[in-house]
Amino acid sequence: MLDQVTVFLENDKGRLLALTQTLADAGVNMQALTIAETADYGLVRIVCDKPAAAVDALRAADFRAITAKVLAVEVPNRPGGLAELLRTFQELDLNIEYGYCFSSAEGTAIDVLKVRDPELASAALAKAGYTVL
Amino acid sequence: MTRQQDIVTMPHDQLEAIQLEGIKKTVIACYENVPFYHELFSNVGFDPYAVESLDDLAKAPFTTKQDLRDNYPLKMFAVPKKDVREIHMSSGTTGIATVGGYTEHDLKIWGDCFARGIEYADGGEDDVCHVCYGYGLFTGGLGAHYGGVAAGCMTIPMSAGNTERQIRVMRDMGSTILCCTPSYAMYLADTAIAMGLDPKKDFHLRVGIHGAEAFSDNFRSELEKKLGYKVLDVYGLTETMGPGVAIECMEQNGLHLAEDHFYAEIIDPETGEVLPDGEWGELVITTVDREATPVVRYRTRDITRIIPGQCACGRTHRRIDRLHGRTDDMLIIRGVNVFPSQIEDVMKTFPQISSWYQIELTRKNHLDVVTLKVEPNPDFDFDEVRAIEQLQRDIQGRLKTALSVGLRVRIVEPKSIPRSEGKAVRVVDLRGDDQ
Repeated sequence: MLDQVTVFLENDKGRLLALTQTLADAGVNMQALTIAETADYGLVRIVCDKPAAAVDALRAADFRAITAKVLAVEVPNRPGGLAELLRTFQELDLNIEYGYCFSSAEGTAIDVLKVRDPELASAALAKAGYTVL
Repeated sequence: MTRQQDIVTMPHDQLEAIQLEGIKKTVIACYENVPFYHELFSNVGFDPYAVESLDDLAKAPFTTKQDLRDNYPLKMFAVPKKDVREIHMSSGTTGIATVGGYTEHDLKIWGDCFARGIEYADGGEDDVCHVCYGYGLFTGGLGAHYGGVAAGCMTIPMSAGNTERQIRVMRDMGSTILCCTPSYAMYLADTAIAMGLDPKKDFHLRVGIHGAEAFSDNFRSELEKKLGYKVLDVYGLTETMGPGVAIECMEQNGLHLAEDHFYAEIIDPETGEVLPDGEWGELVITTVDREATPVVRYRTRDITRIIPGQCACGRTHRRIDRLHGRTDDMLIIRGVNVFPSQIEDVMKTFPQISSWYQIELTRKNHLDVVTLKVEPNPDFDFDEVRAIEQLQRDIQGRLKTALSVGLRVRIVEPKSIPRSEGKAVRVVDLRGDDQ
């Protein structure tokens, strides 16, 4: 399980820049960033090296930031890698709230997934042979 | 025993005798010295020399803000200019300003009235009174200042703004009494906390005397929790004097009117009929002994009621309830009357959001659209869009039930609703730009 940083941002010019600059100034290095957007606001989800420090820095700069427990699962970086993982989810009857993927240098891809009960899912996936970060 | 103890505990029939004597003089002074009142009384056949009881005053016509505006700048003065020591003016955001004049006597009673709030809190010579209402034409700053001085406090004329300096002075001088708007008190507290201070330890505040805008009980308890003091609501308006017309005592159960200086009636704003104690309506004030700018039956537009019965503190001056809004800041949304206080009441049932809000009125296809902007609290788990949408829907649902009209709720980033240094801007009306 991983601590993902989630930030509530208004759809306004310059907000994402201000957010990333705040993290840069706090010496936080990001591995992944995605944005879920609605008409009025966006949720920015970040995987980084220092989630607690990131949240502290963001809150000090008046951002609304929280951490959320997500699953980060290593899959082989080849066609069908994600599909196999999702089949496992289906077999385990696990629902996914949202997800995104990024590739690491070592030839593996990392799939980040939000599920209702991350502990349970984590244990089940480990049992099915996956490396859960 | 505090300075004005005998006055604030005097039997009510004695107070009424003082009121009747004062009002007799006031209506005659108005009639003889203010052409506006001469004409007004003559037009409706009100004889100022025939007032024999307080009930007779109900025969007098009302005075409105528009009347005061029409007589700008000095035509409402009942004394020659040489007897006037000071003037104040209302902000005039909605048109021409109204002017209040003060003789030496008027200034003294003003100080005494505001000082009562300090004395209700057992304040006096050992206290440091920190005034960050704006000094100037606005009555807040100097009214609180005169009160602080009259009560014997070391009084600091900070005026508004420069929040970091306010905080530094508050710490260094050991301020014990804070006079400002409730929204500015919250802003001070939040700024101090953001600076790494603990206001409960680093400040020495005992009492806050906050007014000039309505605030909810929830807002009050949040302030008290953050600053570790007790908040007393103060009421006043330029047209009758300024802050100090009524102030809460430590019971925090209604604001004691300064009845030796102000005679209050509650009327039905539609019919003008005087309502019995306990009923909500518009507050109407007649000054008892104001010299420079006396007013007869001034319609304040503020909605309150006289709280029946005597206060647990033992003081005899009757209490008005905390304001329930104004007859003129009432929002009419698609034909439905909505008070901001009703919106606040709904908001405080949601722990996920803070008590800051702003109402934005826009018009789309000739229909009013009301958007309530609220800020999430730090512990609200918003990781999924669904959680935010659900919260917005829940607030909307509860508002719909409470107000009988649909509002759109929008969660916005913290601190994106402007923190005012004066009155909080609760309603932004953009309906002029119809699209």
